[in-house]
Amino acid sequence: MMLLKKYYYGDYGEIEGGVSSNKSETEFPLWEVFIRSKQGLDHKHVGSLHAADVAMAVENARDVYTRRMEGVSIWVVESKHIHASNPDEAESLYEPSMDKIYRHPTFYNLPDEVGHM
Amino acid sequence: MKTNLINYALHLADTTLILSHRNSEWCGHGPILEQDIALTNIALDLLGQARNFYQYAAELMGEGFDEDKLAYLRHPSEFKNHLLVEQPNGDWAITMLRQFYFSCFQYYFYNELKNSSDQQLTAIANKALKEVTYHLRWSSEWVIRLGDGTQESNNRMQNAIEILKEFSDEFFAMADYETALLKDAVSINVKDIKAKWIQKVNDVFEEATLNLIPSNNSQIGGKNGMHSEHLTTLLSEMQTLQRTYPNSVW
Repeated sequence: MMLLKKYYYGDYGEIEGGVSSNKSETEFPLWEVFIRSKQGLDHKHVGSLHAADVAMAVENARDVYTRRMEGVSIWVVESKHIHASNPDEAESLYEPSMDKIYRHPTFYNLPDEVGHM
Repeated sequence: MKTNLINYALHLADTTLILSHRNSEWCGHGPILEQDIALTNIALDLLGQARNFYQYAAELMGEGFDEDKLAYLRHPSEFKNHLLVEQPNGDWAITMLRQFYFSCFQYYFYNELKNSSDQQLTAIANKALKEVTYHLRWSSEWVIRLGDGTQESNNRMQNAIEILKEFSDEFFAMADYETALLKDAVSINVKDIKAKWIQKVNDVFEEATLNLIPSNNSQIGGKNGMHSEHLTTLLSEMQTLQRTYPNSVW
């Protein structure tokens, strides 16, 4: 039977091969934090933290990541809900696009009539 | 009038300073990194409030006084903080319950104080209220989380209630300087916020499946300088640098 290995954000390097789910029951689960800054339109990933539940996760995010007025909105998501690509498959995932330069707009010569695009 | 106002400012300063110091004792010892930071943030908020009150008191006292002198060079019997805030940290449950009781009190207190006739007190209350609103929310959630958590956490919380039961009544006991300031609407009547405080605590306790234990042996006197031995120990540690190396600065 083929078991699906799960990769969390931040796994690479430290825990090669993904994380198994036999975490200690006394440990708080891991959450990923996304903050939207005042000028920003999108929430950006800023890091992760431990919390027992979603309320604690939002409060921890506020205390850990917005101490210097970094944001106006916080998203948190439990890390286990994030599915990541497998670093071992990098070759087949990304390399095929390397020799397809025609996918870049700079590959094409624009006729003069088009003017500034 | 002026002496009373100085005492009132010192009472508010001392109470926030001592709780700030107690919370700061957790720095580096919190159950997890995130809660360590959270409680240290609260300690810093309270320290900021304390500084505002000390600066005001020092201004009223005139030449020769400043915030450092008031915080670091007064004796335990001169401190006017609530007895609750000098109680030792104990376990996380006791620290959380102490914070919850105090934040709940502060929340209603500052809500009244922002209508004071004294503009300096009004300004401090307005600024602090935003911080305290968060402290109340944060500590309420911990009381609920522990109370309605495991058997162990519920036991710890119930134990905390037992240990701190004698100290919440002091919130609502008027000191002489407070009463004296009432007629000019400088101070607020803390008796008036007792019902709100009890209501809020009961609401949170109900959600937390905890029972409030009434006390028939309330400890009061902190606001007039009568303290437990815990304050002496705390101050001797907190003041050691300034007393060993007078006038040293950062």
